[in-house]
Amino acid sequence: MNMEKVVFAFFTLLALTLNFGFVLGDITDPAQHHAYELFAALVVSLIATVMKFGDRTPVGSVLLASSLVADLQLIAAALVWAVVTQGMGETLTAGTTASIVSLSSGAVLANVVSVVLLMMETFVARR
Amino acid sequence: MADAPASASTYFQVLRRLRAPFIVVIAAYAISITGFVLIPGTRDDGSPWQMDFFHAFYFVSYMGSTIGFGELPYPFNGGQRLWTLFSIYATVISWFYAITKALRELGDPAFSHQIQRSRVSHKIRRLREPFYIVCGYGEAGKVVVRFLSEIGHRLVIVERDPEAVNQLRLADLPGDPLIYPGDAEDPSELLAAGINHRYGLCRGVIAVAGNDQVNLGVAISAKLLDPAAVVVGRVNQFEDTADNMKSFNTDHIVNPFHTFAWHFSLAFSSPGHYLLNDWLSHTDYQELNQPVFPRRGLWIVCGFGRLGKEMHRRLEKQGNEVVVVEAQPDISAPPPGSIRGRGTEAITLRQARIDAAVGIVAATDDDANNLSIIVTARELNPDLFTVGRQNRYRSAPLFAAAGTDIVFNQNRLIANQVINLLTTPLTHDYLKLANTEEPQWANQIVSRISAVVDENAPYSWVQRLSEADSPAFTDARRRGLTIRLADLYREPHNRKKRLHCVALLIRRRDENLLHPADDTILYRGDRILFCGKRDARRRMDSTVNNNERMGYVVTGRHEVINPVWKKLFPAERP
Repeated sequence: MNMEKVVFAFFTLLALTLNFGFVLGDITDPAQHHAYELFAALVVSLIATVMKFGDRTPVGSVLLASSLVADLQLIAAALVWAVVTQGMGETLTAGTTASIVSLSSGAVLANVVSVVLLMMETFVARR
Repeated sequence: MADAPASASTYFQVLRRLRAPFIVVIAAYAISITGFVLIPGTRDDGSPWQMDFFHAFYFVSYMGSTIGFGELPYPFNGGQRLWTLFSIYATVISWFYAITKALRELGDPAFSHQIQRSRVSHKIRRLREPFYIVCGYGEAGKVVVRFLSEIGHRLVIVERDPEAVNQLRLADLPGDPLIYPGDAEDPSELLAAGINHRYGLCRGVIAVAGNDQVNLGVAISAKLLDPAAVVVGRVNQFEDTADNMKSFNTDHIVNPFHTFAWHFSLAFSSPGHYLLNDWLSHTDYQELNQPVFPRRGLWIVCGFGRLGKEMHRRLEKQGNEVVVVEAQPDISAPPPGSIRGRGTEAITLRQARIDAAVGIVAATDDDANNLSIIVTARELNPDLFTVGRQNRYRSAPLFAAAGTDIVFNQNRLIANQVINLLTTPLTHDYLKLANTEEPQWANQIVSRISAVVDENAPYSWVQRLSEADSPAFTDARRRGLTIRLADLYREPHNRKKRLHCVALLIRRRDENLLHPADDTILYRGDRILFCGKRDARRRMDSTVNNNERMGYVVTGRHEVINPVWKKLFPAERP
């Protein structure tokens, strides 16, 4: 077993699970989507991105790309949240919550791709 | 090292090494932000207040970079200040760590070397003109590089020694040669240096490193990677290197010791051939060399190294008696009857019967010793014919002052040969043909060339009768004119006068016409090797590039050929 691979898989998977946890729930209900979860998902996603730097295999490139997509989606979601609550001084409405959650669900998809690729690579390496 | 350098992957490599600092910074930020969100604050009126992520991120961002800050949006309470204290150290230290690490990675010589190579490699890939690759920037490489770039060739120079690379940067060469700092022995470096350029622009590879192994490696990989490129390889030491290069179809093999000894032996058997080779194989001669007449008899060879061995063999072949003087006979194994010593002392030279000798070859690899041998030998026997081996460029004036009859300069010889092979390959072919002829024949040619030149050494060039190089010639052929060699010999302003040059060879497809007669009819695509005054080339160029002059030298009439001028001035000029 390789510690580096464990850490790598851990962060890739954690990015997906945290992200999924944030998205889970009624898409329009602000009470079901907590800011802490979004923050944790974003931080873990950033760390997962950094872990993927420098791998120049084709799979490595797609992994890095999918991770960057997840970051982008999550940052967009956080920006929407910040602009609405801080910039315009409003509380979260059903509409804004929906757009924040849907942006993060995009990130879930990207993270799923990451995990699937990671699993595929593991199986290929086994053989 | 092994994979082809590309700038993008180089940056990714750096990013990979910076993973740890990136993660440390992200973690420090995440922990600090989470802390501020969790710790309850106090409003001005004393009511509890919870910082949100937005404000926490804002606060941590400016705290990390500038510590002169206010507490926002309300003054902090004790708990918050405690956490701020922790956050300041966490973020500042992690930033410091990340920045020093990044600077160290970027300043790493291996990395900057890599960056530089990928930059040069990128430039090479974007070249849109033919170029030559020169491997090795030693003494011989310097001369080759300077000459080729001065006559307008684009060069890529591969050199692994950083000292030589620096010299090269400061050399201020014309034509912006591209310097690729890499090891030419490694095929992937040759690929990066453009050997299989996608437009086939790599005209040739010149391996002139001081190391046979490197030259052999370059010759082999060059032929395998780009069979079309002309490969010139230099051999310093080993005969088997030359054989090995030959087996890989290396186009030209340059062995300076072999060439010099062979050339010198011509002075005995056929002075005409000696002179012909001398004239045609030097690109840097200014003054006309007088023929040399070494006598047959007893020759002394001092130093039995690479040159000594070749000279010994050639001199004996020419019927001379040869005595070898060698300082370390156990290592170099000179023939029996050799004298032990350096040859710099009178005693050793007397032992070698200097009084009876007709010539001496100072062939050691030390310039000071060679000069000393020549001077001492001259004192003992003023009539000696002296041959000196000059190893360093700087010693040239000393050899001249010592009155050396022939100076062998390995590096200049290599450079001359390489330049000739690349710029006028026809000369090489001509000499091959000429050297099979009788001495009498060579004497005739020499006198014919001597008749057209003055005190300067004869200059040789190749006139290509192609659309690109001689447009007026091809135009005239199209108009149905028959052009003979005699027409090219005519002065463009007075056709009764003859240019000071002689045609030595016409190459027509695969056919060679040696010393063509004046009435030879010329065809498009012919390549003609001329020898004569430098000035004659300029005049001939002005003929083959101008329709009116071309018409005049062929027909003797000043015809207006340009259709526009014909319209404007219909009358024929007298």
